[in-house]
Amino acid sequence: MALKLPIYMDNHATTRVDPRVVEAMLPFFDETFGNAASRTHAFGWHAEAAVEAARDTIAGLINAESSKEIVFTSGATESDNLAIKGVAEYYQPKGNHIVTTVIEHKAVLDSCKRLEKQGFEVTYLPVGKDGRVDPDDIRRALTDKTILVSVMLANNEVGTIQPIAEIGKVTRERGVLLHCDAVQGIGKTDFDVRAMNVDLASLTAHKIYGPKGVGALYVRRAKPRVRLVAQMDGGGHERGNRSGTLNVPGIAGFAKACEILKQEGKAENERVRRLRDRLHRGIASALDEVVLNGHAEHRLPGNLNLSFSFVEGEGLMMAIKDVAVSSGSACTSASLEPSYVLRAMGLDEELAHSSIRFGLGRFNTEEEVDFVIDLVVGKVKKLRDMSPLYEMFKDGIDLKSIQWVPH
Amino acid sequence: MAYSEKVIEHYENPKNVGALDKEDPTVGTGLVGAPACGDVMRLQIRVNDSGVIEDAKFKTFGCGSAIASSSLATEWIKGKHIDEAGRIQNSQIAEELNLPPVKIHCSVLAEDAIKSAIEDFRQKRAAQRALAADAPATAAK
Repeated sequence: MALKLPIYMDNHATTRVDPRVVEAMLPFFDETFGNAASRTHAFGWHAEAAVEAARDTIAGLINAESSKEIVFTSGATESDNLAIKGVAEYYQPKGNHIVTTVIEHKAVLDSCKRLEKQGFEVTYLPVGKDGRVDPDDIRRALTDKTILVSVMLANNEVGTIQPIAEIGKVTRERGVLLHCDAVQGIGKTDFDVRAMNVDLASLTAHKIYGPKGVGALYVRRAKPRVRLVAQMDGGGHERGNRSGTLNVPGIAGFAKACEILKQEGKAENERVRRLRDRLHRGIASALDEVVLNGHAEHRLPGNLNLSFSFVEGEGLMMAIKDVAVSSGSACTSASLEPSYVLRAMGLDEELAHSSIRFGLGRFNTEEEVDFVIDLVVGKVKKLRDMSPLYEMFKDGIDLKSIQWVPH
Repeated sequence: MAYSEKVIEHYENPKNVGALDKEDPTVGTGLVGAPACGDVMRLQIRVNDSGVIEDAKFKTFGCGSAIASSSLATEWIKGKHIDEAGRIQNSQIAEELNLPPVKIHCSVLAEDAIKSAIEDFRQKRAAQRALAADAPATAAK
């Protein structure tokens, strides 16, 4: 079968909606279009029943004790904002200190920055070369003013999986709430809010083959009962935690996506991991000076973040435009600063500029992987033939010994 | 971001990729930019006795716009006198390639690379002339 181009390998950005999910959503656009908050007629009751069933499914996927612990939102950015600002506002009388890491998503970091302007103190913990945060660093950062720790389950750029269970032990012991942005890791690595002592967790549908525009925040109801101050005023939906008419088709799709993950996730992760390893091997065996960014083992099955030394990431992406990937290169943004995640891991700026993130997923095939190996290897060789840095490296010149003139 | 057709054309079929012998007295080499900034350009020129650029080569580490800017720069300077080549402005390169504002620095780098290669050649030539001026005295011994 002929390959369909371009090939999608950017599944950390978003995923294609599974056809079974689309099918599950469709009835809620026309047949069962009611407002889940309408208590006075069957249209509303049907919608409400679908939402409650979805709540159960999603709660089940993360092993929440009760479906009442699921608050639907518009997506992970809203969930992160609600968790951090909502907890901060409620627990302010208790303390004003928050602990997070430097590699969190901007939705977490920028929520924290806003709180700093309001008088909160935030500790941004560093990560190791492999992108992992040390639970002992968390322990040391806690003070009697700390109300919340926020650490992601898996990083969106390098796929590094954080030791959430160990962090949960520390936070539970010290009576501090733990928020986990679980967006990238859900269904791809173990995540159990009870076993891991997670108190709040952000989820989103579109990273797990569900629709965009729908997410959830898990909010623990017992031991301890977590309280929030709602960040949106209105009709008091979601037990007062999040006003706004529920996105019923989206929620139905979100639940279907979770159901598929629960049934097929394990086998799928193994398959995706094999494809990822094949891609890595194929590239690394044909090219020199390729660096793997992130942790070799504690990483998402579909993630492969590589730096191709002496080749600039955006230039490479342009050359391999038959495959959709992303880069930590500064050139992809207006800021001219390369990826803050890679920089925080201690990667040289030059290597950060040379990084490409491959995100494999459910719909990728072995045939596609083989095509991408050939494409990448060929183009990297071509660009290295064009790279003054590669020539200098081959001539044995230490690039660090040169007085570069930044412009 | 969408690239202009001209950037894509130069990127996919770059002109004058390669190297000239940098020890050759008729060759001037310019190396500008920094790996940490994500772009490094090396532009080389071979200049004849009347100061005309007979050949130009480049190698660039950088994004598509940086590679296209270098390729265009080598095309433009070939056959020009070094005085004329030295007057090429980054804005001309940016205009020719329809570079968006965030990519203007690529054209600046290309202008710098041309100037730097010419400067290198001039210094070499000046050093040679100084040497040549000393030479007869040595020969008379």
